Amino acid sequence: MELMNWIDFHLPALVVVIPLVAGILTVFCGKRSGPWAWSCLVHGFVFAMTIRLNQLVQNLKLLPVEDGSTLSVPTHISYFMGSWPRQWGIELRVDALNAIILLIVAGIAFLTTVYSGKSVQQEIGSDRRNWFYTVWTLTIVGLLGITITGDAFNVYVLLEISSLTIYTLIAMGKSRDRRALTASLKYLILGSVGASFILLGIGYLLMITGTLNMADMGESLRALENPTENRTLLVAVAFLLVGLSLKMALFPLHMWLPNAYTYAPSAVSALLSATATKVGVYMAFRFIYTIIGPVFSFETVSSSELLLLCATLGILVCSYNAMTQDNVKRILAYSSVAQIGYIVLGFALHTQMGVAGSIVHIINHALIKGGMFMALGAVVYRVGAARLTDLSGLGRIMPWTMGAFTAGGLSLIGFPLTAGFISKWYLVQACLEAGRWYLVVALLVGSIFAIVYVWRVVEIIYFGQPNDNACKAKEAPWTMVLPTIIMIGLSLYFGITAEWTGGMSEATAQFLLTEFEGGMQP
Amino acid sequence: MIESGNPSLSLMTPLVGAAGIVLCGRLPNLREAVTLVTAALLFYFTMGLMPAALSGEAVRVELFEMVPGMPIVFQVEGLGMIYALIASGLWILNSLYSIGYMRGNQEKHQTRFYLCFAVAIFGAMGTAFAGNLFTLFVFYEVLTLSTFPLVTHKGNQNAIQGGRVYLGILASASIGLLFPALVWVHHAVGHVDFVLGGILSDAGLPNWSLALLFFLCVYGIAKAALMPLHRWLPAAMVAPTPVSALLHAVAVVKAGVFSVTKVSVYIFGYGTLGEFGGGDWLVYMAGFTIVTASFIALFQDNLKKRLAYSTVSQLSYILLAVGLWVTLGPDSEVGQFALIAAAVHIPAHAFGKITLFFAAGSIYTADHKTEVSQLKGIGRRMPWTMGAFAVGALAMIGAPPTSGFISKWFLLTGAWEAGSGFAITIIMISTLLNAAYFLPVLWQAFFCKEPEHHDDASSHGSHDHGEAPWPIVVALTGTALLAISLFFYPDWAVELARTLIQSQS
Repeated sequence: MELMNWIDFHLPALVVVIPLVAGILTVFCGKRSGPWAWSCLVHGFVFAMTIRLNQLVQNLKLLPVEDGSTLSVPTHISYFMGSWPRQWGIELRVDALNAIILLIVAGIAFLTTVYSGKSVQQEIGSDRRNWFYTVWTLTIVGLLGITITGDAFNVYVLLEISSLTIYTLIAMGKSRDRRALTASLKYLILGSVGASFILLGIGYLLMITGTLNMADMGESLRALENPTENRTLLVAVAFLLVGLSLKMALFPLHMWLPNAYTYAPSAVSALLSATATKVGVYMAFRFIYTIIGPVFSFETVSSSELLLLCATLGILVCSYNAMTQDNVKRILAYSSVAQIGYIVLGFALHTQMGVAGSIVHIINHALIKGGMFMALGAVVYRVGAARLTDLSGLGRIMPWTMGAFTAGGLSLIGFPLTAGFISKWYLVQACLEAGRWYLVVALLVGSIFAIVYVWRVVEIIYFGQPNDNACKAKEAPWTMVLPTIIMIGLSLYFGITAEWTGGMSEATAQFLLTEFEGGMQP
Repeated sequence: MIESGNPSLSLMTPLVGAAGIVLCGRLPNLREAVTLVTAALLFYFTMGLMPAALSGEAVRVELFEMVPGMPIVFQVEGLGMIYALIASGLWILNSLYSIGYMRGNQEKHQTRFYLCFAVAIFGAMGTAFAGNLFTLFVFYEVLTLSTFPLVTHKGNQNAIQGGRVYLGILASASIGLLFPALVWVHHAVGHVDFVLGGILSDAGLPNWSLALLFFLCVYGIAKAALMPLHRWLPAAMVAPTPVSALLHAVAVVKAGVFSVTKVSVYIFGYGTLGEFGGGDWLVYMAGFTIVTASFIALFQDNLKKRLAYSTVSQLSYILLAVGLWVTLGPDSEVGQFALIAAAVHIPAHAFGKITLFFAAGSIYTADHKTEVSQLKGIGRRMPWTMGAFAVGALAMIGAPPTSGFISKWFLLTGAWEAGSGFAITIIMISTLLNAAYFLPVLWQAFFCKEPEHHDDASSHGSHDHGEAPWPIVVALTGTALLAISLFFYPDWAVELARTLIQSQS
């Protein structure tokens, strides 16, 4: 019991520190399957910890604290690194929003790690496998860290950790296709620009508030008089919005994404599509909703119109692009940009339904797209590439993998009984509530485009003739198939009953809108 | 025991059957036995719901909530009962027919075929008993997806092409039009339950929104095949004949018209529809479809294509009837006739059309003939088949003693009393056209001489074939008898349809 309490207390730090240390130790795990086994263990453990962390956050409701004379319900868990007070030290802060993002990141990291074993063995030279898993784990540490930290500067540092490692991971696709190098370089340049913008934004916020602690930052911004007159604040918001949009690949700042996803090693594509851009969206939620305040950033600066425009164009243009691609990984990459459009749409609507839809879609899309990229990775593993012609006739040869891919595709379209339907249910409702019917049209046109780009692939999978390589192929090994099926299976489960995902997203949306709505009125 | 009027068993049965079919996949005889037993059980269970549907005191079965605040609900009522009865009842005969057809033509992937069939019936049952629009939408899509592998069963280029049109139109329409309508209703009213008399009357929507909403519903339910969204139906004729028969004469298309009727009666309700002239609009659109589709049918040489266009036209009879009902109003004695016509035409057309499809498939199985012009003299070789075909054709024309007469009687009465010259003209023209494209087939089959054969290679076996395998003959005779029996015993359908009205006034 002692130990359990100790762990519970230090859990926020352990979630980051354990994989950080373990990741560095991965280098010494040998060159065979040691690094993989070790990483599976580590990420399994981290996943377990995030589940516990979620429980703790849920339990907060049950523990009202006496605050003077009134009872108040705490909304977050704070942890001070090294017990330094928040002005000097780094605070880790877990609330309803990031608890769930942590859970997704850790859960998907665990599944993709299990999945990655065979695929990495084939795609990455055996002399570099320990390095691959070190970098891999550090990426996940960075993503978890960004999510859990309550310190703005820390966000930037961890963002750089995750970005640099992601560039490395993408570049490791070079042994399969040299274009991975240019893809990585392109992302490096654009990603660095984005990160610098975020850093500048944080810097300006520091100038105004004199603190780097996010909670304090938010409080003093809310106390600010005449925020509309404050040019520093306006500039900070502008820098942050652009930088974050780049990181989450919002149209038209998505140019780095299609190549990066296409040429990265299969496992990396799965991990990135499911977690990296989602953490970008999380950062946007954190900065816009809890620090600067949605009223100011959306209504005073009227950025919401701009974001809605980008989101809508992203949905339409990128869904259209997805219809014209021949490489299936690229189809999914373009579709990812379109799906980010859906997420940002709900985010920028700034209503409870919209935010709930956005959060639901973060979860759903992570599962769907992660699962679909995994299925493609299995194809690459068996057939050698993932162009349309490579998938031809695989429906018979790899029934489980292709079944999962098809189910994921149906979910992208938004058929009922799949997770995509739930997202659309929320988002369309949010658009109607906001009285913006033209957004509904864009959303549905996007879905109809999705029918086309998904069905092109499905037709080839089930009606095409297998090519020579495919004829020799067979079902992927179970370490690849099982995680794929779990991901897609979960997405179907959350499509059949969204009581958990939907209920939790609604609660989180309510928390975000009521807790931080108060201040910063113009 | 499960209380009376609980449709759970009817929903479970096809799913359990589907599982059984997969398990017995390697033993064809056992697999087919499973299908037949499941179909029989399903019909039995569905019959058991009859008293509840007639008394209108069915229980509301609420399953889990799919989205918070949006449960999956089932409730038995008259209209759904009619649809469920024909879908489950004809599944028995259709399974029998499928066995003969699939074996006779040595089709591949028969396990997948029977599996998808069972799942499609599950979708049809869910649609029939849906207690709110949300549930209806979900099962409507289950039906769309589960029938796709059936349509593309042959797997050749034609099948792919047909499947593309089939899924493209149905899925785009339902996701692009019906889905926003569903969300809109939910947004405006706060729930989407089916309530007799409609739920939109208090929503305070302006007339133009109601009109748009109705438009979204009618075209979003593309399975009703209102022109110009009818192209999927002829495209789907690439499917094996049993699929065309049950799914495209019964389950799928009837899911369409059933859903439109259900939405009109239970979501919009008479008052709301009347306010913005939705009835008149529907009458004109349906009238246009009836006549145009019949004209196209006139020029189709492919027998199944001709039947498909005939279906497009016949479906719009039901929509026409719904439109007339709105124009007349629920209070008028005759307004009821139109609604009864809509409801009764569902089984009336189903029995007739499935017979026609069975006959077409029977000809194909016995002789591999698909075109109308090849049918000279076939009536002497296949008297049972062509006899049944004649019954089906009469049902389409609406001549006694067949089922089509009953619904046409109600429909004409309604149109007459409504003083709708347009509707009467449409019905008359359409009847003539029906006769014009069906009677020549019969004439050729029975009264023309079989042409002499010149080259044996292309028409091998056509000299000495007789009837199709016995399961096929039994099935099509059965459906022909059903078509006749509905003429003599229409009470069950009329009584069920009346429940829509009694509780209304």
